[in-house]
Amino acid sequence: MNFADVLRSEWTKLRSVRSTYWTGLIAVLATIGICVIVCVKWADDIRKSPGDTLDPTLASLNGIFLAQVAVGALGVMVISSEYGTGMIRATFGAVPQRRAVLAAKGLVFVGATLVIGEILSFAAFGIGQAILSGAHAGASLGQPQVLRAVAGGGLYLAAVGLLGFGIGALVRHTAGALSTFFGVLFALTALADLLPASWRNDVMPYMPVNAGTQIFAVQRVHDSLAPWTGLGVLCLYAVAAITAATVLITRRDA
Amino acid sequence: MIQARELSKRFGKVQAVDALSFDVLPGRVTGFLGPNGAGKSTTMRLILGLDLPTGGYVAINGRRYGELHRPLTEVGAVLEVRAVHGGRSAYNHLLCLAQSNGIGPRRVAEVLDVVGLSSAARRRAGTFSLGMSQRLGLAAALLGDPPVLLCDEPVNGLDPEGILWIRTLLRSLAAEGRTVFVSSHLMSEMALTADHLIVVGQGRLIADASTAEIVARSSANYVRVRSPQSSRLGALLHESGAVVRAHEGALDVTGADCAAVGDLAARHGIAIHELSSQAASLEAAFMELTRDSTDFRAEVA
Repeated sequence: MNFADVLRSEWTKLRSVRSTYWTGLIAVLATIGICVIVCVKWADDIRKSPGDTLDPTLASLNGIFLAQVAVGALGVMVISSEYGTGMIRATFGAVPQRRAVLAAKGLVFVGATLVIGEILSFAAFGIGQAILSGAHAGASLGQPQVLRAVAGGGLYLAAVGLLGFGIGALVRHTAGALSTFFGVLFALTALADLLPASWRNDVMPYMPVNAGTQIFAVQRVHDSLAPWTGLGVLCLYAVAAITAATVLITRRDA
Repeated sequence: MIQARELSKRFGKVQAVDALSFDVLPGRVTGFLGPNGAGKSTTMRLILGLDLPTGGYVAINGRRYGELHRPLTEVGAVLEVRAVHGGRSAYNHLLCLAQSNGIGPRRVAEVLDVVGLSSAARRRAGTFSLGMSQRLGLAAALLGDPPVLLCDEPVNGLDPEGILWIRTLLRSLAAEGRTVFVSSHLMSEMALTADHLIVVGQGRLIADASTAEIVARSSANYVRVRSPQSSRLGALLHESGAVVRAHEGALDVTGADCAAVGDLAARHGIAIHELSSQAASLEAAFMELTRDSTDFRAEVA
């Protein structure tokens, strides 16, 4: 087994199915579309009441909240679809080192997600600030924390993709894995919200979305984690799923 | 060459493969025959390292599957049909498998040509007929030009032309000196394709012999004798310990060969109009071999 060969193989797989392009297109439309809608509205609000403060960087990156759904679902499907179609048996027949397959697939997917995510994040920032600067409320990359936040938008998408991938590898069935993924991403937060207030306030910042999104906010909200800590917490969820999948992958029948 | 030793696989309470030991030798087609649910597919998956044995081991040319450096260049396998992402083109399906083993795109075009799918190479595999899917599976198995080939039920769903094509291909691959191991529940197909048979039932080895030998060994072989004094001859044969059954004016005799029947008739001065040894079909031999081992899994489920 040559790892570079396995990477090349996984890259061919990713670029040769339509779902990759469909989810990519949805991520683009979500990120840019919501960016335009939010920034146009906020520019209008600011013109009416100039005293309002807002985080113009976060405003332009709001579409990431929707784009993450597509990216995470694709992360689930790049692995669960192999189990669903039986392709996994051809894959493991060609490369019996299952952990190498998992690593190569994860690297290719997260690499592609990171590149697309960064392009999207910077594009949305550029478009959003162009709209907001009409109301003299735009931010620039030279301002403190802004570059980190914009680059963070791409990092966040890659981290959510990794979480989807880890859950897909662990659960293996597409429907079950998608449900689990959305459960971890959203339902966990809703459940935590039901906790008694004292616990709730301690737990909420560590929920995946609450933690991870700090990386693309410039202004820090009270009680939230620091940007890199937050991203780290989100990555821990992904790492936990991938670790479990890595342990199990050689013990389960394909 | 494939060697299985005490190979076992248990799924919960079901012993799918039970201490199977056999060798599959190069240069001939070895049929892997058994009723549905006999453990053939599980054995195939164990050989390929897809399922983990609960006992024993299986090796290919002396090594476990997971130890093979570029498996596609050592073993080609056609397992279930349509083990393919339906959204991927035939070409890309083969390309990603080839790349993982360092095999170039030129070989992909070659195998597409061998299986007659060149004109459909850019079509999505999900749109393929069953026969085309079988051909695609075989193309994948041939990518690395492997000396060992495994096929699980390769003729399932093929039209007569496709069956003839695959039979000819498998026989020519074996004639090139390759190890060809083909599972089937169709004895008639195996009679035409396989030189050697490994017969299993309920996960256990029932027979491991040449196709001709399995037919010859079968007690479904019998002697047919016609005589104008058939009732007297029948009684004499019965006395001598043979089993006699009257059938369309003749006697079908098991437990005595032609010579014994002829001698007995001569000793008693009985005229004989026909005396012939009847070979059982492989089908009959198979039914006899697996009669006690047919797995009534449907009743359990």
